[in-house]
Amino acid sequence: MIEARNLVKRYGSTVAVNDLSFSIRPGMVTGFLGPNGAGKTTTMRMILGLDAPTQGSVTVDGRSYRDLPAPMREVGALLDAKALHGGRRARDHLLCLAQSNGIPRSRVDEVLRIVGLEGVARRRTKGFSLGMGQRLGIASALLGDPAVLIFDEPVNGLDPDGIHWVRTLMRELAAEGRIVLVSSHLMSEMAVTADHLLVIGKGRLIADTSVDEFVRSSSQQSVHVRSPQAAELAARCREAGATVRAGTDPDVIEITGMDSAEVGRLAAAHGIVLFELIPVRASLEEAFMELTRDSVEYQAAGGTR
Amino acid sequence: MTDTAIALTGPDHRAAFRPSTFGDVLRSEWTKLRSVRSTFWALTVTVVLGVALGAVVSAVTAHGYAKFSVSGKLSWDPTGVSLVGVYVAQLAIAVLGVLAISSEYSSGMISTSLIAVPKRGRVLAAKSLVFAVVTFVLGEVISFTAFFVGQALISGHAPHAALGDPGVARAVVGAGLYLTALAVLSVAAGTLLRHPAAAIAAMVGVLFVLPAISQALPDSWRNPVNEFWPTQAGGQITSVYHSAHTLQPWPGFGVMCLFVAIVYAIAWTLLDRRDA
Repeated sequence: MIEARNLVKRYGSTVAVNDLSFSIRPGMVTGFLGPNGAGKTTTMRMILGLDAPTQGSVTVDGRSYRDLPAPMREVGALLDAKALHGGRRARDHLLCLAQSNGIPRSRVDEVLRIVGLEGVARRRTKGFSLGMGQRLGIASALLGDPAVLIFDEPVNGLDPDGIHWVRTLMRELAAEGRIVLVSSHLMSEMAVTADHLLVIGKGRLIADTSVDEFVRSSSQQSVHVRSPQAAELAARCREAGATVRAGTDPDVIEITGMDSAEVGRLAAAHGIVLFELIPVRASLEEAFMELTRDSVEYQAAGGTR
Repeated sequence: MTDTAIALTGPDHRAAFRPSTFGDVLRSEWTKLRSVRSTFWALTVTVVLGVALGAVVSAVTAHGYAKFSVSGKLSWDPTGVSLVGVYVAQLAIAVLGVLAISSEYSSGMISTSLIAVPKRGRVLAAKSLVFAVVTFVLGEVISFTAFFVGQALISGHAPHAALGDPGVARAVVGAGLYLTALAVLSVAAGTLLRHPAAAIAAMVGVLFVLPAISQALPDSWRNPVNEFWPTQAGGQITSVYHSAHTLQPWPGFGVMCLFVAIVYAIAWTLLDRRDA
């Protein structure tokens, strides 16, 4: 279990991580979600002992990362796919990491096979694409066959085939009972990969919830209606307590606060003709933006979100 | 790049689970050093230049020996002349030592390394030990080869030295020791400053610029620099002839080692405390 208690990281007067507490459990993919600059990478670096917290603490299986006797056997991490010496062959890069934790040489070839890089094992990493770099980074995380895996934006730079592969891998790793923590700034990515979500914005924890719960609680339902008597229907709905938004098309209205069945019955009761009656669910992306609107680090000037 | 069935738990490597040791980190650092092509070429060039420069200088000065003044003949140090290539070798060792760690900072590899080995002192210790041993071996190869080649070229034109002569063996072995101390200093400087360019500039300053500037200063400034400046003091171990206002070979080398130890301790502390 990864456990953070009142984690704070300050750089001068900037607060990167602000009083973050969470625990991450095994057997599921935990998505670490937040806009750019929300403090995801900083938090991961603190878990991995690279940056020291200003206050608070974070432990892996009850111990601070620096006290782990064989760190790669317990935690595998991919932070930055480009964080390697370009003049080294892929295989040598993995070999020096394996050796540092007493992991046998044979495992290096094994992980190269798992990530599909065996064909370029003897190439120097300078010529690697971002996608190949990600695969190499994932290979290094898997070297010690660890029970905890931490990936920072692992699908960055991958082609659709690669993205599908990473998702499948995350799910399989979690299904094997491991802790899998994956960060992303894309809600849509998390919706298909993660079981549980930690949402942060401006260094603060906004939500710690299952993906299903997150969708249910935050996605607003609305009903899209097309009717030649739209104006009349709008008035009736308002009377019933719903909110109605008119679009540019005078025949189209968006109703929130009533579900499609209620709108349909109301229309029938007043003899209003309906051409379209469509329940609309706000996308996860919208729900996420709604939730993090106040905590986006860099906003476009004059933009509403 | 196909969709793979993931055989994650492969042939029983978890059975070998044991704490990571300093030996593991040493092995890892050796792989790092040898797996980068530039290391091999830089070291080869160092050896060739170190020996070749000693040979050229030996031949040229020995031919001019007959025309030397009396004082020039009195201070004639055939051992020191043949080992002059060490001064070229030291620049290459300094650059390589700095790069051994600062290239990890410039590429970002350092975070990968410190995730693998979070006990940071081990990374620094293993890195400097591996590089120091490589430097010591190559340093001795350079100094012994340069000595024998140099003496062969000197003999017949000027008095030459033999390993059995007083102080000669110490100077030849000492040249390798001097380079080794410098290797450790360079790794420490790279750790301390993190940026390759800054660390290389600092090493060039220590090795060449400050001693050169001091030669233009009045004696009251120049003499203490010649005597106590770490690399000047340490360099005494490579010469047989002892000039005025310099330390004796071993005390001089001791001063250098003390300086290296202080810089190393600062580097160790900062590496441990700073965010990587």
